[in-house]
Amino acid sequence: MRARSRELPWFAGAILAALVFAALLAPYLGLPSPTEGDITQRLIPPVWTERGDREHPLGTDRFGRDVLSRVVHGSRISLVVSLVAIGVAGTLGTALGLISGYRGGLTDAVLMRLTDVGLSLPTILIAVVLVAVSEPSFRNVILVIALLLWPRFARQVRGETLAIKEQDFVALAIVAGRSSAWIIRRHIFPNVVPTLLVISTLQVGYVILLEGTLSFLGVGVPPPNPAWGLMIADGRGFLATAWWISFFPGLAMLSTVLAVNLMGDWLRDHLDPKLRQVGGRAVEPDEPAPEPVGDGVRRAGARGAAAGADGG
Amino acid sequence: MLEGVGLKKYFPAASGFAVGRPGAWVKALDGVSVRVAEGETLGIVGESGSGKTTLAKLCLLLERPTAGALRFDGKDTAAFDRDDLRRYRRSVQAVFQDPYSSLNPRMRVEDIVAEPLPADGGVSRAVVAERVREVLQLVGLRRESGALYPHEFSGGQRQRIAIARALVTYPKFLVLDEPVSALDVSIRAQILNLLKRLQEQLGLAYMFISHDLAAARYLATRLAVMYAGKLVEVGECDAVYTEPLHPYTEALLSAALPLHPGTRRQRIVLGGEVPSPVNPPEGCRFHPRCPRAMAQCSRQEPEWKEVKPRRFTACHLY
Repeated sequence: MRARSRELPWFAGAILAALVFAALLAPYLGLPSPTEGDITQRLIPPVWTERGDREHPLGTDRFGRDVLSRVVHGSRISLVVSLVAIGVAGTLGTALGLISGYRGGLTDAVLMRLTDVGLSLPTILIAVVLVAVSEPSFRNVILVIALLLWPRFARQVRGETLAIKEQDFVALAIVAGRSSAWIIRRHIFPNVVPTLLVISTLQVGYVILLEGTLSFLGVGVPPPNPAWGLMIADGRGFLATAWWISFFPGLAMLSTVLAVNLMGDWLRDHLDPKLRQVGGRAVEPDEPAPEPVGDGVRRAGARGAAAGADGG
Repeated sequence: MLEGVGLKKYFPAASGFAVGRPGAWVKALDGVSVRVAEGETLGIVGESGSGKTTLAKLCLLLERPTAGALRFDGKDTAAFDRDDLRRYRRSVQAVFQDPYSSLNPRMRVEDIVAEPLPADGGVSRAVVAERVREVLQLVGLRRESGALYPHEFSGGQRQRIAIARALVTYPKFLVLDEPVSALDVSIRAQILNLLKRLQEQLGLAYMFISHDLAAARYLATRLAVMYAGKLVEVGECDAVYTEPLHPYTEALLSAALPLHPGTRRQRIVLGGEVPSPVNPPEGCRFHPRCPRAMAQCSRQEPEWKEVKPRRFTACHLY
């Protein structure tokens, strides 16, 4: 493995930390309101340009709303939408994946065809259909995203479950008289968690982009909420004259998605070897017996804590 | 105590895009009858693919037999109700070959060992914890080892944990599926001694599955030899060793190292390979490799019979 990938990506970490910080503290940063603008202050360029205004470091949009404030508040939307959508899709997908993989047979066949359908749903079509039957709202955005996301979890978790199911400790749990529910809860799920962590992280970027796309198309987060996608759409008509309206939310989205993906890659590289170690044999030879073969009692060896006591 | 009659297990042979009924069957186990009495050790030896592990899985009710019956204390396991099954799960435990795959890396040793103890049995946590410490000590580990995770132990120690876990419900029968095959030779003897001591102390019955003849001889009171999904010979362990009846047993024993390095021995080298379990040979399954095959061996399947007192074999020579 490349040595580079072993190090924590500091750059990505810093961006993510800033994002979380901005999202948590947005109301306390003393920024102007993200939703109400002063119409007399419209289309002010960023502070470092000729007509810039220190009141609005990143300028204002066509309604005179502060771009910096909107980008900062937009991070809350991106974060909340992705956390909730991934939470919903992850829970559903994991549950179905565990059941599908563990039960096998007909259950598995039915559930997996269902995920095939889920994976083949065209994003935009679903969004447009949903919007045709109801108003754009936070709830709908999250529903659409969760609908598009759960099969990814179900697939991955099912595959993982199939592998873990073959481990001897699962057969021994059956011999121990434990129920399927117990086995899934105590044996399969804990061993799926690392994978889950990795796919969840990798999905954050996808969700942010998806939410952006939906908002851009006007079928996502309803205005005047400061969603990044909405802001980019807002500035679309002013790209030649007031580029900053679209540019900064776009930049925020780009760097967030990049950072999240870098982080996800790093996590995957780090958790995977341990994952493969489940049941796989670590190279860990037995120490030679420190005493003649007796009644199977060994005094403290290198692994002191675990080595034998005095044979009872 | 445990008795299998005419046990068969066929698996559908995997073939690419098979839809509907599979055409071919892998005959992993083809009519095996065994019994294990209280307190005895039935050793089961044979090559890879002879059906040893399938037999173990049937005995542990992990697989259902395709045909034949498995009786526990006279009652057919296929007719078990909830209580019977619960009793069976408490009475019959297992130790498997791979001490890494046997222990969930994300569970503490105390939880692993306590797993066979039913949570609804009305026993308090303290009682369970005390029992866990007791069995850990019984298998030669520290009483406090329970708080650790499996990766903090070596292979031999892990196998001790697996044994402790099998003992926690006071079982009377253990299925040992190659319990020492994955261990270093030096550790192997320790685990075998442990198993022997436990059997004497607790009056356990074992089904000891192994391809290691020396290990089987050390533990087993009776020995069953398997070949291509069938039993070829069963008898008292020492008798089988000193005077093997079936040519396959003879060849198998001649392949093992002698007890004394100086002993001159005649090595019987078998030609050919273990037959395919999908399409085993007609007649006696061993006849294509048998040094003493006769004309009738390829036509007629030999009968299972008692050729000497308490010595059973299936061979046309007798």
